[in-house]
Amino acid sequence: MRLTVNGEAHEVAATTLAELLAALDYEGDWLATAVNSDLVHKANRAEFRLSDGDRIEILSPMQGG
Amino acid sequence: MFELLGTMLPSRLLLGTAQYPSPAILADAVKASGTSVVTVSLRREMAGGRAGEKFWSLIRSLGVRILPNTAGCHSVKEAVTTAKMARDVFGTSWIKLEVIGNHDTLQPDVFGLVEAARILCEDGFMVFPYTTDDLVVAGRLLEAGCKVLMPWCAPIGSALGPVNIMALRSMRGHFPGVPLIVDAGLGRPSHAATVMELGFDAVLLNTAVARAADPVGMARAFGKAVEAGREAFGSGMLEPRDVAVPSTPTFGRAVFHEA
Repeated sequence: MRLTVNGEAHEVAATTLAELLAALDYEGDWLATAVNSDLVHKANRAEFRLSDGDRIEILSPMQGG
Repeated sequence: MFELLGTMLPSRLLLGTAQYPSPAILADAVKASGTSVVTVSLRREMAGGRAGEKFWSLIRSLGVRILPNTAGCHSVKEAVTTAKMARDVFGTSWIKLEVIGNHDTLQPDVFGLVEAARILCEDGFMVFPYTTDDLVVAGRLLEAGCKVLMPWCAPIGSALGPVNIMALRSMRGHFPGVPLIVDAGLGRPSHAATVMELGFDAVLLNTAVARAADPVGMARAFGKAVEAGREAFGSGMLEPRDVAVPSTPTFGRAVFHEA
């Protein structure tokens, strides 16, 4: 399945968002995720099924004003 | 103590966390300022990266309240999704809502701001809208459900200080019961004192402290200025006069005759 993660193209075997995070070595409870511009709650990542062409954003806390 | 949206806060200064020379200086500046609310953002994390974790654990160690922002968002959709992601990570419904409308001035797109504020307020957020000093927009934001307003006093990072005192005074007068926080454009502690003397409830600043030669000293100075301005506002300041009035009593003055 081809996905775009934080603006970069990826070819992955993962079928859920939780599997994708693990496959790409993202871990930690400080991450926020969105698929196709909509939030996917932390608690829903395990059952959230990805589709070919999905755009995923993985964000974390940063300095801000 | 200062009550903001049902929360008691020890300081009327809210501080941004960006642009400091180092994480240690950021931590020291937060402590020196006396602030109890800091702003943070969300940005893309690298695969396998832990930048977010390090920053997040530093902020948590400071024991301050978090006000996440939607900085950099230029559309309603971006801002709303970023706000929801922030609530998911930070566990707070407070959000500093920014919908930027102009690349040069970084002034808010007030139309998008009102629309995003309505969506987020209906979803249970406590929206802190970064807005201009326009009274009509302020009214629309309150109608949309905002309980607090954050007008700029000059463009973000400009350090110009209050460029339109009349507009700020007018805003304070029109919305006497609404918490008003001056956000953006403050450059010096005297600017912060000036807007606090006008009766604003608090100030939010970042660059003026973070980019000072000594951020920790400047944080402390801003903390004092905010306190001084607030106390002056509550203490009844003299109105300016066009004539001199002697401060020392004239009664009982000695009279010397020239020989």
